[in-house]
Amino acid sequence: MDWVNALTQGLLLGGLYALFAAGLSLVFGIMRVVNLAHGDFIILAAFLSIVVVGVTGVGPFLSLVIVVPLMGGLGYGLQRGLLARTLDRGVLPPLLVTFGLSVIIQNLLLQTFSADDRRLDAGDISTASISIAGQLAIGWYPLVVFLVAALAIAGLQGLFTRTALGRAFRATADDQETVRLMGIDNRHTYGLAVAIAFGIVAVAGVFLGIRTTFSPDIGPGRLLVAFETVVIGGLGSLWGTLVGGVILGTAHTLGAKVDPAYRELAGHLVFLLVLLVRPQGLFAKPVREA
Amino acid sequence: MTAAGYTVERGTPASRLGALASAVLLAVLLALPFWGSSSDMRLLVEFLSMLTLAQMWNLLAGYGGLVSVGQQAYVGLGGYALNVLADFLGVNPFLSVFLAGLVTAAVALPTAAVVFRFQGGYFAVGTWVVAEVYYLLVANSSSLGGGLGRSLQAIRSIPRTERERLTYWIALAVGVGAVALVYGLLRSRRGLALTAIRDSARASESLGINVFRSTLVVYLVTAFGCGVAGALIYLNLLRILPTAAFSVNWTASMIFVVVIGGIGTIEGPIVGTTLFFVLREFLADYGAWYLIVLGAVAIVVMVWAPQGLWGLVAARFDLRFFPVQRRIRFVDEAATAAAARSGGGPGAPSGSRAR
Repeated sequence: MDWVNALTQGLLLGGLYALFAAGLSLVFGIMRVVNLAHGDFIILAAFLSIVVVGVTGVGPFLSLVIVVPLMGGLGYGLQRGLLARTLDRGVLPPLLVTFGLSVIIQNLLLQTFSADDRRLDAGDISTASISIAGQLAIGWYPLVVFLVAALAIAGLQGLFTRTALGRAFRATADDQETVRLMGIDNRHTYGLAVAIAFGIVAVAGVFLGIRTTFSPDIGPGRLLVAFETVVIGGLGSLWGTLVGGVILGTAHTLGAKVDPAYRELAGHLVFLLVLLVRPQGLFAKPVREA
Repeated sequence: MTAAGYTVERGTPASRLGALASAVLLAVLLALPFWGSSSDMRLLVEFLSMLTLAQMWNLLAGYGGLVSVGQQAYVGLGGYALNVLADFLGVNPFLSVFLAGLVTAAVALPTAAVVFRFQGGYFAVGTWVVAEVYYLLVANSSSLGGGLGRSLQAIRSIPRTERERLTYWIALAVGVGAVALVYGLLRSRRGLALTAIRDSARASESLGINVFRSTLVVYLVTAFGCGVAGALIYLNLLRILPTAAFSVNWTASMIFVVVIGGIGTIEGPIVGTTLFFVLREFLADYGAWYLIVLGAVAIVVMVWAPQGLWGLVAARFDLRFFPVQRRIRFVDEAATAAAARSGGGPGAPSGSRAR
């Protein structure tokens, strides 16, 4: 029964991983940029929530009302002010700039909040569970996270396929010179894409902070989880990230069941296995060569 | 090399002066154990290890177009290879420094089979994942000391003065060797191919360059160099911890040093490493601020002066101590001026693997 519990926990953990991955996938899909500071922005959002909770006294869920727009605005500003200057100059500049941001954010958080473990307290919901049968139980909170992740992905999918903004995103991803002739401001479109990605990052960070303890140095680890989730699911596939998250989450909880030390290792090995057997990921769409 | 009306120049007045100055500097450094203190030697070993790492990353990203964030894998594996060779197999610890590089190069070959499936930004994160795998494997293996690491035993029987001097001279050989290796490689036919690949992988392929083989050679050479540097670092420190040995901060330092100094030149990493140690001395009391400042400077340089500090100097004074490019000088004056306008120096490498 322990194994079944570990399996269901892993499946639900996949929702959180999909939230980690969606922002990374969105930015890469539209701008062909891998944001190496992605994990550190997730942790930054969790710390912002701690500050908001501390100042206003609301719970972490309500703090999203402030943290999401704040992170979205940060994303937009970052894109227009800094990242835009690195696009179309080859592989190195965007990687160097986001890697530099990763180091800066990590160490600024360390200076401000110390290396202590923190946690966001959401009250009873974080421990409540539904008993299914015998000893099999599903936590309410992981279930909520999973549903939010599925909703977020459905929302993104709808945004991409059904709205004018989604059309602008796809068109800009295909050819940013031509969209300008069609009256779309490609720089503004890129800014909005990063803003939306950072909004999801904010949700992911707060959900992470409610689920487990976090400290300034765990950002890079979250980047790797997001990356592996995207690659397992297949580049360019939003629903793929949910499947990738479920596979990676299951690998983590089952690996940890064998020995807590094998948690991450099991995830990396499953990732490498998928890469060797099916390099394009499980649900890849044919991707235009960048 | 005179042909119809032009000559191909491969040296510059500065490079001839530089060769002389380098020889003098080398002689002074070789004699350091006879006039300097132990702490001078330790600092220089650190400097030379960092310089080696920076030259390797410069070769990898500045010429191979491979932006890796996982070179800490080879630093850590090199350090552990030194421990295994010297303590478990009884090999001379000083010889083991170089053998450790062969070990990491051997590990890099199957690693390349995985990470070469990625391009551009995904290559960067892919190499990072692989570095994590090596870290976890080492940290979970109890015979290597697990998470607590281990101390190098083989060195204990050697008297301290002798140990320090030998370590220092090896560091000097490694640092000078790394510069010479990259310089020699870039001036060779293969270097010409690499420069072409950096500027356009597709165009070079059409000219008959085997892009895959050239970039693979670069990846293996840099794994060797980082492994030797890692072994050297832990020969100097004597105690190895998996978290520190496989820390991404090794790669962060390499990247920042190379970008600030000037990527795609031999002089850049030398300037960058010097600045790195000067900054470290000044900001020693401010903890994490040191990395924050370094990261911020690297971003500013990348966005607003991508050729780096040395690039600015080289462009302003036409100064090249280690020229890797071939320059055509026309005999007739007007053509000389035209060539000077259109060609010359190293541009910011565009790392065009993905294009």
